[in-house]
Amino acid sequence: MSEVIVANIIVLSSIAVAAAIILYFAAQKFKTENNPVADEIAAMLPQANCGACGKAGCQDFANACAAADAESFARLYCPVGGAGVMNTIAGRLGYSSAEHEPTVAVLHCNGTCENAPDKVEYIGLQSCRLANRAFVGKTGCPDGCLRLGDCVRNCPFGAIEMNPQTGLPEVNPDKCTSCGACVRICPRGLYEIRPRGKNGVRVYVACSNRQKGALARKNCKAACIACMKCTKICPEVKVENNLSHIPATVSAEAYGAELAANCPTGAIIYTGVKDEQD
Amino acid sequence: MLKISTAPHFYSSTDTRSIMRDVIIALLPAGAVAIALFGIAALTTLVTAVAGCVFFEYASTKWWFKQPPATRDLSAVVTGILLAYNLPCNMPVWMTLIGCFVAIVITKTAFGGIGKNLFNPALAGRVFLFISFPVQMTTWVRPHLFDFMNTDVTTSATTLNILKHVDATSSATQLTAKLDKLPDYLEMFLGYTGGSMGEVSALALLLGFLYLLYRKVVSWHIPFYYLGTFFILTGICWLTTSSPAVEPVTHLLSGGLLLGAFFMATDYTTSPMSENGKIIFAVGCGVLTFVIRRYSSYPEGVSFAILIMNAFVPLIDKYAHPRIFGTGRK
Amino acid sequence: MSKIKTFSVGGIHPDKYKITSDLPIRDAGIPDMLYVPVKQHIGAPAKILVKKGDRVKAGTLLADADGIVSADVHAPASGEVVKIEEIVGEVGYLEQMITIKTDGDEWEESIDRSSDLIREITATPEQIVGIIRAAGIVGMGGAGYPTPIKATVPAGKKIDCIILNGIECEPYLTADDRLMQEKAEQIIIGAKILNKALGIQKAIIAIDENKPHAIETMRKLTRSYVGVNVAVCATKYPQGSEKQLIAAVTGREVPPGCLPVDVNCVVQNVGTVYAVYEAVQKHKPLFERIVTVSGDDVKNPGNYRVRIGTPASYLIEQAQPLETPGKIIFGGPMMGTAATNLAAPITKTTSGILLLKTASVLDPEQTACIRCGRCIEVCPQGLQPFAITGHVRRGEYQEAKKIHVLDCMECGSCSYTCPARIPLTDYCKLAKYEIRKKK
Repeated sequence: MSEVIVANIIVLSSIAVAAAIILYFAAQKFKTENNPVADEIAAMLPQANCGACGKAGCQDFANACAAADAESFARLYCPVGGAGVMNTIAGRLGYSSAEHEPTVAVLHCNGTCENAPDKVEYIGLQSCRLANRAFVGKTGCPDGCLRLGDCVRNCPFGAIEMNPQTGLPEVNPDKCTSCGACVRICPRGLYEIRPRGKNGVRVYVACSNRQKGALARKNCKAACIACMKCTKICPEVKVENNLSHIPATVSAEAYGAELAANCPTGAIIYTGVKDEQD
Repeated sequence: MLKISTAPHFYSSTDTRSIMRDVIIALLPAGAVAIALFGIAALTTLVTAVAGCVFFEYASTKWWFKQPPATRDLSAVVTGILLAYNLPCNMPVWMTLIGCFVAIVITKTAFGGIGKNLFNPALAGRVFLFISFPVQMTTWVRPHLFDFMNTDVTTSATTLNILKHVDATSSATQLTAKLDKLPDYLEMFLGYTGGSMGEVSALALLLGFLYLLYRKVVSWHIPFYYLGTFFILTGICWLTTSSPAVEPVTHLLSGGLLLGAFFMATDYTTSPMSENGKIIFAVGCGVLTFVIRRYSSYPEGVSFAILIMNAFVPLIDKYAHPRIFGTGRK
Repeated sequence: MSKIKTFSVGGIHPDKYKITSDLPIRDAGIPDMLYVPVKQHIGAPAKILVKKGDRVKAGTLLADADGIVSADVHAPASGEVVKIEEIVGEVGYLEQMITIKTDGDEWEESIDRSSDLIREITATPEQIVGIIRAAGIVGMGGAGYPTPIKATVPAGKKIDCIILNGIECEPYLTADDRLMQEKAEQIIIGAKILNKALGIQKAIIAIDENKPHAIETMRKLTRSYVGVNVAVCATKYPQGSEKQLIAAVTGREVPPGCLPVDVNCVVQNVGTVYAVYEAVQKHKPLFERIVTVSGDDVKNPGNYRVRIGTPASYLIEQAQPLETPGKIIFGGPMMGTAATNLAAPITKTTSGILLLKTASVLDPEQTACIRCGRCIEVCPQGLQPFAITGHVRRGEYQEAKKIHVLDCMECGSCSYTCPARIPLTDYCKLAKYEIRKKK
């Protein structure tokens, strides 16, 4: 009996030793170097792993911070932790944290089903990137929204939804983290990350068509026709390539309502205060 | 309004439904033979299995997984027929329905429906029944041509059962007595032997398979390499041991081997997609079938062999690639 | 009799619908307005030389090639330049076009308008390349790659044979078929001209099996020309693809990312070779081509000799649609483009205009992949379209790159054959687009 016990002990111990040796070498072989600075930064972060910063998670964001120089650090921002967290991280890294205004994605197109009716029918794979290569789009506008929803499918936060009435994607500002996935995915570059503005009051040109007014209007009633009216209301507004551009610095409170009211085609969109209080 | 789409603008006329329809047509001869030999009981089992599978497919997708049911593609009908073919004809109806449930709900729709199941649904259903109700699953009806009320139930062994116990017999007289019970090749080829209702007739299965080949529904690779590997292995074993227990032609014609090789191993979803992958898969099936039939306590190994190889399909698919044009040669 | 040749992996057999292969080439005539795009080829758009109000004759240089990879553009008929501006093209995007209001059919004096066959090749190799360049010839099979580049041997490379691509594997199209039947000897002389330019002796005319008349005509004529042979290829799609054709005819496989010249071959479309003959022997620049107008929605299908810049609607009118077409395709049904704008002009690369009924272009219902493996079976490049599709659906474009999606030539075989109607080709295109974007 005793020799059985002894034999068992010896066999099991040798298995344990062998396993330990294998584990040791495996650990050596697959060792990963963790940046101690990144770990330190990760500890400062909210650890919500929400991805709102545009990174894969808090550790990824911390790695990016640790690897960043002063200039690229200014582009990193944790919307959940806000300025407080960013200042702490900046302090640890010895950089200054940039002033960061909350932002949101906006769509520079107002080619709704009503404004820009379908001229042809698109069948096949519903993908803007593919359709953009295949043809000009259902509406005929070469710069407008293709209304096939690549942004909707690729928004990591489900913040963009197709509005069945207008046919256009709509950004839900409450969910949008301005991660920029829509900016990267849109084959026509219709999205822009813009400051949210106080109480969500924004004003922007919802058109990207660079064609001449008459041509643009043929496809879409809401196209910018470069009539220059907006430049007269606010001198900061610029018109280039037949397209008006309202810089983010233009005060939405001061000019927004007037700009939107005076745009003859309705290409300028002004999100009133009440929109976000609902 | 003009339609716009990306190229190509043409599609072949073959779709999932037409493929499944072809498989059903290919399975008809074996069904006809089963009804002719086993009578009304076979028809009952067949109808029960098909109806059960279609019902479970519809019900589980619609009410449980809340997805549009895909019963239109006829794949549940194919599963039902194959399941019935794998059962003895006098199977109680409620057991058949349990088989349908396991096949469709647990093996197929729970994995995401057609195209996403890891294991062959009909085989999984059969194996479940085989393990749960071994007595009913091995009670065979002796075939009687055109005797539609055939109830000649026998618990005497199938060909494979006889072969399994040949090695254990000690005296020569016992051995001859046992071997006398074996059906001859022609009987086995035509299906005049005991067994699951779909597997008995090699001729009917072969006809169905030739139809599938003609319609280009399946390629010849899997059955050829499967049967070839199995035949060669039993052949080697037979030549070296000269035991009648591994006589290769009898093995080839008996049990579910042909049904398995022609219709179960070639199932699209649970077999590899590339040509070399199919060969690896088929050879594996052949080896496993041989090992189980020869060395395990089960007389039949086709279901287990195919199910085990099913589990390797994702792995095979990952590593067995077709040759990229312009590489590898010259 | 030589064996019927084909490539080894993949391929499909779509229904052929070659309803126009016995209809002789007809002249489409000259429409009132011609819209000549300045970019009808791969590479930089040509620089416009004319201005509004200029009077031009057929063959007058309108725009000059801008760089090596570019091509000249000539006036297709005589008339007045009325507009030079961006006009909506076939898929709706704006293209720079020169609009000519035609007033007749006066040609430049230097062009030999007679129908005499000129067999003797007097031009030197350098002259030949110069003439091809000045005639604005591009690959007329569809790619639009400037021909002069393919008529010179690149430094450090060797070319030992020219393959004439007489394979029209796309359903419906018969333009090349008719050209080979009617202008066989001109094509052979064109091949000898290219041979001379490259300094080699060998030319192979590849024709697929379903063109018995073209094969017969070519066989008869090639007997009297040294070094020119006919290779009969199997009727299989995509036999006409450059790489697959070389593999079929010579047994050499072009490695991924390489050009035919890397296996010592040059492939020229027969239409291109005919244009070379006309340019070198007749001094006629490329301003017209053969276009098949066909489809299941035309009363009067046919093969037309069409001036470049003719609006498609002008041809459609002649073909008389039976009902309002559901889809209009520029090119073949496997790789062509569905057009949004019927006023778009015929270019140097338009091989056909197809009108399809609404009923025959319904959006196929997409179902789940049943892993049948047909896409792998038919892919001529040995790819795994289903795996690529899986990666694209999950957004793993780099994984798709690892399984060689960049070798996909978008032939459409996988989409054609998929029983679940999954647009596999579209997913491959998407993967290529994303990978190239990230670069």
